Amino acid sequence: MDPLLSFVRGQMLEVAIAVFCFGVLWRLVGVTLLRHVRSLSPARYGRVRAVVEGSFVAGTRSWPHKAFIRRTGYGEALGYGYHLALFIVILLFAPHITFLKSLIGLSWPALPSSLINIIAVLTLALLIAVLVRRISKPVTRMLSNFDDYFSWLLVTATVVTGLMATAHLGAPYHQLLAWHILSVDALLIWFPFGKLMHAFYIFPSRVINGYTLARKGGAA
Amino acid sequence: MNTTDVAVARGPTPAAHAKPDSVRDAMGSFAREFGALAALRLESCIHCGMCAEVCHFYIATDDPRYTPVWKVEPFKQAYKRESGPFAPFFRWFALKRKITPEELEEWQHLLYDSCNLCGRCSLMCPMGIDVAGLVKEAREGMFEAGLAPYELYQRAQSQYQTGTPDPDATPCIEQLRAIGAEHGVNIPLDHDHAELMLCVSGIDIERYPKQIVALSQVMDHLGVSWTFRSEALLAENYPYLAGARRWEADIVTRLAMEAEACGAHTVIVPECGHGYAALRWEGAELYGKPLPFKVLDIAEYLAEQLRDDKLRLTRADGATATFHDPCELGRKGGVMEAPRELLSAMGIELKELENNRGFTFCCGGGGGVMFIERANALRYRAMEAKLREVDATGADQLVTTCAGCRYSFDDARAHFNWDKSPYSLLELVAQHLEHKGEAGA
Repeated sequence: MDPLLSFVRGQMLEVAIAVFCFGVLWRLVGVTLLRHVRSLSPARYGRVRAVVEGSFVAGTRSWPHKAFIRRTGYGEALGYGYHLALFIVILLFAPHITFLKSLIGLSWPALPSSLINIIAVLTLALLIAVLVRRISKPVTRMLSNFDDYFSWLLVTATVVTGLMATAHLGAPYHQLLAWHILSVDALLIWFPFGKLMHAFYIFPSRVINGYTLARKGGAA
Repeated sequence: MNTTDVAVARGPTPAAHAKPDSVRDAMGSFAREFGALAALRLESCIHCGMCAEVCHFYIATDDPRYTPVWKVEPFKQAYKRESGPFAPFFRWFALKRKITPEELEEWQHLLYDSCNLCGRCSLMCPMGIDVAGLVKEAREGMFEAGLAPYELYQRAQSQYQTGTPDPDATPCIEQLRAIGAEHGVNIPLDHDHAELMLCVSGIDIERYPKQIVALSQVMDHLGVSWTFRSEALLAENYPYLAGARRWEADIVTRLAMEAEACGAHTVIVPECGHGYAALRWEGAELYGKPLPFKVLDIAEYLAEQLRDDKLRLTRADGATATFHDPCELGRKGGVMEAPRELLSAMGIELKELENNRGFTFCCGGGGGVMFIERANALRYRAMEAKLREVDATGADQLVTTCAGCRYSFDDARAHFNWDKSPYSLLELVAQHLEHKGEAGA
């Protein structure tokens, strides 16, 4: 077996998963252990209703508000679009399911590879559009830092190497596969340190925002 | 505990320039006292820039500096350096540098002059970050660093020390008495026992005395036992706007103690958005225990009385109005339907603004911006969209329920030569009170 392939899906993958798990846990616990301020003001319609209404925001925030869509629609379509496409590729591609089964022992039906390939190309196109938007818009250009570009690079590298591996493009398959898994390892290692952590923050953050507004009876 | 003494001893000076020590202390204190909620908000930002697209300051100028989440950038850096889960990592590898006094001074403009704390951005953020909440917390850091704008600092300090925000004005209590005498209305003051304790807005005392008259007329019409308390007269809380947390707590504590002293079961906040927010949504937290009384905005209270058939109003069928939802009352406070119920009961046809209720644009003056003179030019630009929306409704009149918003619109009227005058909902209600023997339509 190719020594690089053996390394990246053996020891390096184990290290990457360990860094991922420990890092994510550390960062979540680090935030959770900070000071908590108890709200003493009575909720307008009771705490239970505020929790229920707040929880809905976890989902509803993904749907653009009518009042905002004219200005935010394009950015939202790009952002949610590439996330959706990426999840389909990660979770519904047969080799990925096989890999995940080896990790967690569960499997599920896959989409046809030809369809996955189309979605992966779409993912890549959307990722490029996201980068163009980030660089071309003064607001996002000003907000962006190393984390934004490096995280984008790792995600894109994973998609590109995956596409190359399935297309057997440019190098022997085992080498392409090694690069693909290497990029996944790098992604897992970087995950807890950068903005990729938003995958874990997004729902608690949305629910808390929703709850905060719902307990006042305000807009959410 | 006498919070007054502590605050005077530790309160910052309204310095025009931050000093390195005070900046260090402020950022350190800000970072150390960071709560889990604020940390989650800062950790979550993905730099998507969506918040800019809904902020009237950015929409009006296209200046990326007015991106809401950018306004807390130094504090985000401080959090990551000082108290985030990877703080040592960021310090050892110098990945997050220290904020300089000069940077913090530059941010004064972003945190105060170009943010109304209106919270529209908090509705948009795909990550669910309450950006306006972060700006408010950052203002507290700025205040500690001596970087609150002078006008806001002065009003906060004067209200905290004397009960009257304008240090050059006649004390509010004397002005209130004079309004009562001039207009011949009942001004119950410092009654030992009352069901309701009422506050007034300092802006109303200074600029809209008919609001006080209307308040008195409506309360007397309802026949309830009510009083003002001279030690807790104002609903406003300028320290809330300046970022002076301890002074804010002191003012809320005075209100709570006075309400307890007269046995009021309800404290009614007049038309004042941030005053309502400070007492209704932060009051118990600042007081340190649940408030032993209800807090109602005047429109909420009147709508309750309307539903109970205690408030009876005459109708003005054929009249039209548009309604401006004050941000602190509507989007951030949940008082959105009560004003509409009252307008409907008066037979006034409501022509809604394009962006209404929770999605309303700020009047431009909120968050204390109205009082920062150097912010005037920017404020006028930011509020133009709002004025266009009002004009587009074609309504006869513009009604609102916040003295600050009313002042802001009045100021715009003078500045733009605008042909609309903002009306107070309470004054409209007072004009439509149904007197004995008078039948409603």
